[in-house]
Amino acid sequence: MAYGNALTALADPTRRRVFEELRSGPKPVGEIASVLPVSRPAVSQHLKVLKGAGLVREETQGTRHVYSIDPKGLGAIRRWLDQFWTEALDAFAAEIERDSQEGKEGKDKP
Amino acid sequence: MTAQHITPAPVRKSVVVNANAARAFDVFANNISRWWPASHTILKAPLKETFIEPFVNGRWYQVGQDGSECDNGKVLAWEPPHRLLLAWQINPDWQYDPDLVTEVEVKFIAEGERKTRVELEHRHLERMGAKADTARAAVDSPNGWGAILESFRQVVEQGGK
Repeated sequence: MAYGNALTALADPTRRRVFEELRSGPKPVGEIASVLPVSRPAVSQHLKVLKGAGLVREETQGTRHVYSIDPKGLGAIRRWLDQFWTEALDAFAAEIERDSQEGKEGKDKP
Repeated sequence: MTAQHITPAPVRKSVVVNANAARAFDVFANNISRWWPASHTILKAPLKETFIEPFVNGRWYQVGQDGSECDNGKVLAWEPPHRLLLAWQINPDWQYDPDLVTEVEVKFIAEGERKTRVELEHRHLERMGAKADTARAAVDSPNGWGAILESFRQVVEQGGK
């Protein structure tokens, strides 16, 4: 499942650090590797997993591979919560309407 | 790090209700039990009531028909009638986790004498990722997200929405 992929991809502490390095903006592999205590091939491997999980995007600029966070990442979780809150807010609005109908019969609205 | 941070987008929802902001806030926060969908719980027992305690650090919790309780999170800001900030502390494992804090901000914006736009934003979802090591096994378990998603699908279809 997609949300499982995204979450398990971030479960690895080193991979999470790689991901967090991209929070300040798109970066090439070398730049990420230079601030982390892991080798460049290891960083590449982590980026590959993150990309596979839909969390980062890869762009080629000349000979460089630049990675950035995909803002649509964690899509399945977002879709799930989207549905969750749509239902909740629909129920909330319905309750306000129901309450308003009762209000017309008797009590004043606040 | 620069000031510009890039994170997975939050979930944003809004609804316009025919009530002033004070009443909208009151129904939303003080009377959440009256409208919170029965399917939206991590309790094993059927949901009886949902509560948000009306102060900062107040509990956001649910009570089942068998008397069992579960925490959903807590109140981070209680600012009637304009704003409510809740901590959602349920992880992808569908468990309450006091160390996980994602934020649900609810704003009540007056659009007329009896019209309020309620804007909801659920953010910092990436923090759920940090909890994924405990969630890994659960996402495919009967009590994990798959089952919840399935129950939602059924509710939606039965509701004809």
